[in-house]
Amino acid sequence: MSRSTQPSFGIEKLLRAALYSVLILFAVYYLLPLFVMLVNSVKTLDEIRGGNMMSLPEVFTFEPWLVAWSKAQIGVEPTGLSPYFINSIMMVVPAVTISTALGALNGYVLTKWRFPGDKIIFGLMLFACFIPFQIVLIPMARVLGIIGMAGTTSGLVLVHVVYGLGFTTLFFRNYYAAFPDELIKAAKMDGAGFWRTFTRILLPSSGPIIVVTVIWQFTNIWNDFLFGASFADFDSMPMTVALNNLVSSSTGVKEYNVHFAGAVLAALPTLVVYVVSGRYFVRGLMAGAVKG
Amino acid sequence: MSFLQIDKVCKSFGTIKVLRDISLDVEEGGFLVLVGPSGCGKSTLLNTIAGLEKLTTGEIRIDGNVIDDLPPSERNIAMVFQSYALYPNMNVGQNIAFGLEMRGMPKDERDVKVRDVAKTLQIEHLLDRKPGQLSGGQRQRVAMGRALVRNPQLFLFDEPLSNLDAKLRVDMRTEIKRMHQTLGTTIVYVTHDQIEAMTLGTRIAVLKDGIVQQYGTPAEIYNDPSNLFVADFMGSPAMNLIPAVVRGNAVEMARTGENPLVLDFKQLPGDVAAYEGRNIIVGIRPEAITDADNRALVRDGQQAVTASCLIDVVEPAGADIFAITSLGGKEVVTRLHQDWSGQANQHAELVFNLEKVVFFDPESGIRLR
Amino acid sequence: MQPSLPSKAQATLREVLPRLVLSPSLFLILLFVYGFIIYTGYLSLTDSRMLPSYELDGFGNYTKLWGQRNWLIALQNLAIFGILYIAICSVLGLVLAILLDQKIRGEGILRPIYLYPMALSFIVTGTAWKWFLDPGLGLENTMHLWGWESFTFNWIKDRNMAIYTVVIAAVWQSSGFVMAMFLAGLRGIDSEILKAAQMDGASRWSLYTRIVIPQLRPVFLSAFVVLAHLAIKAYDLVIALTNGGPGRATELPATFMYSYTFTRNQMGVGASSAVIMLAMIASIIVPYLYSELRERR
Repeated sequence: MSRSTQPSFGIEKLLRAALYSVLILFAVYYLLPLFVMLVNSVKTLDEIRGGNMMSLPEVFTFEPWLVAWSKAQIGVEPTGLSPYFINSIMMVVPAVTISTALGALNGYVLTKWRFPGDKIIFGLMLFACFIPFQIVLIPMARVLGIIGMAGTTSGLVLVHVVYGLGFTTLFFRNYYAAFPDELIKAAKMDGAGFWRTFTRILLPSSGPIIVVTVIWQFTNIWNDFLFGASFADFDSMPMTVALNNLVSSSTGVKEYNVHFAGAVLAALPTLVVYVVSGRYFVRGLMAGAVKG
Repeated sequence: MSFLQIDKVCKSFGTIKVLRDISLDVEEGGFLVLVGPSGCGKSTLLNTIAGLEKLTTGEIRIDGNVIDDLPPSERNIAMVFQSYALYPNMNVGQNIAFGLEMRGMPKDERDVKVRDVAKTLQIEHLLDRKPGQLSGGQRQRVAMGRALVRNPQLFLFDEPLSNLDAKLRVDMRTEIKRMHQTLGTTIVYVTHDQIEAMTLGTRIAVLKDGIVQQYGTPAEIYNDPSNLFVADFMGSPAMNLIPAVVRGNAVEMARTGENPLVLDFKQLPGDVAAYEGRNIIVGIRPEAITDADNRALVRDGQQAVTASCLIDVVEPAGADIFAITSLGGKEVVTRLHQDWSGQANQHAELVFNLEKVVFFDPESGIRLR
Repeated sequence: MQPSLPSKAQATLREVLPRLVLSPSLFLILLFVYGFIIYTGYLSLTDSRMLPSYELDGFGNYTKLWGQRNWLIALQNLAIFGILYIAICSVLGLVLAILLDQKIRGEGILRPIYLYPMALSFIVTGTAWKWFLDPGLGLENTMHLWGWESFTFNWIKDRNMAIYTVVIAAVWQSSGFVMAMFLAGLRGIDSEILKAAQMDGASRWSLYTRIVIPQLRPVFLSAFVVLAHLAIKAYDLVIALTNGGPGRATELPATFMYSYTFTRNQMGVGASSAVIMLAMIASIIVPYLYSELRERR
């Protein structure tokens, strides 16, 4: 929609100015909460109570961050968020790795080694992406108890692998569906079997979808609260649950600056991933939204 | 004994029969072309030879050995695909070597073989490139290189030229033919392009609806089609198929506003006599109808009839002129000398080469001999 | 030529290997998704309280559920939240996408700013907005300090208005994503159609209302499905923002299920509420998936 077709240049200029103002206003709207969190995480508590949340700190202090990281009272001990940050990492890394690997294999089988009934299986896996997790909470708690994984990080890994499978399979299936079948035939003629076709032909070309899947899984699992709150105990609590405990604990003085520092800490890994590879993040969102 | 034997092969997907009782034999060093419209089963047949699809019933033998139960890699067959199917993550050299690597050939041996093949195909300078950096023609060569390097007992080509532009397609056609002549390997080649079929094949099988319509040499297919489908499908411009009525030893073709055109034969084929007074289809290729000055196309001693016909449209094509007239309610294409000077909407003397005329039953389409 | 026995076994293995590879995942999904759905469905028909019980109790839990004021509040809240959330996100997303599609300089900076909240945990979003909306510390206080003494914004403390703060925070988090979907849709429209419309003399307004927006129908559908599904599942945000309060003013089905199952020892009722949630999502997702998978044939 080129500008040159517009008759009046003056009005056009005005419109453009208005357009940019609106867009910048929205940028402010989206940035404001993050700005407020950051600014207030380096203020003293007195300054927060007495001052304006929008103003820059008069006294810059890094203390709230240190408290949030290593001193704040979350469980019984004043350990800060650091052990829970580690918990989250110990949970996320294996869960992302396993669910991505399984998703890649499933996508490979479902597109390149089709068999009767494969569509139904895919449909079952796809629907699993969308179930409200409330429907599995009770039996999951039972099963984790039975297999001795209740309240453990490995239990959470299992949960996240299972309920991430649908999406990882969907991502890889759609990606491999666009991968030419003739390449698979050529590999068969060349003598490559099931595994070698996968590792030598498909996997080397799967970089983008692996990145998309890993980012998607990483973001989802890191940000999960429900499973963490339901199945973790004090020793295996992930970051989000710990943060919520910190923020909503009713005992003592509310240390808002520490809360903000904690919130930013909890948001940091996914924000970093987003900033570094936003393009793939968006692709994952799109792939998750537009199915089939 | 034939080298490749396809023996009563049937293939069904569920209730859909894709191949019905196909039997074809190819001698060693032969070049079999499978040709037909899309959906005729030609690619499925190729895939069953390759082992990429299982056949439902029947047998395929190479050199007397049944290969039905062997996986593709153990059949000693190489295949060139329509999209070339070059592995995008490997460079040209790795692409060509992949099949050898899968068979466990040591790297130094592989390198020698790849070099040799690259030299033959003149793609040595491309060995380090990725497929994405190659032109269509170069990809085509690499795909052939990948097939050649394994020195297989049978080559399969699945419409390998259909993704190339017109000029390159002609060049590569020649190249494939030359390769076949020098190497002498047996080739099965699938195409929907009847010109490719005619120029390349030593044997052609015309398929439709999973049934072999005719199997023969290019000349047999062209001059002696066994039914209306083959007559219509092979040749460009297509054979004229004109409704006519049998009167004794002559056939009459209706014309609007004029007397019917009568082609008087010395002797009509035996089958045609039964159609006395009834309709048949007369098949005449465009080059069998020409202008009086171009009589050279009709060899001495061949029967010919000269008649005056109204020309509707004139289409100069460089080497020839195609003039269109109307017979039996059909447009009839004639092939005239490039110096012919007639014009549209005027009459012209046309010579019909009766030796090249064939007859079909109008209902069944079967050839009358 | 008869293939030897080991090669026959090999051939069989080759045949079943792909299915073998798929089977662990299929097993996990069948057990942990469909098995669990059946289990929860069964529990919803029993008299389970603190622990699962297998005594069938007919539809008692469902009767109890629909008699609960909290459940009705939760459903009412879900309706308010869902409708506003979906509507505002769609409108805002579409407007932003159209505005961004006007050859904007700096699009590469603005787009990621609009979208980044989607990368955050709802817990973080809730923490930030809880404070931002707090009358004593956040926006209201700031306005007072800036001299607008009469400004009041205490929805988060107001039983009647608190659910709208959940909408505000949720829209903040998701609207950028909807914008990205619409932007992709806009960029996917054949530019020749737009040129043709301009040749036909369409104004910019009619270009969008008559040509562009009607072509975005599939995006509207996808956005609706994604947002509806997020709304029904919404749990974390409410927990972090209002914890269901004040009182039970921001109760949603997800928080209802959790508290009845795990803190109020009414497992049967909790299970039946989970079944209702599943039914709600399924009624949206199943037809959508069905049509999507159909079309790709």
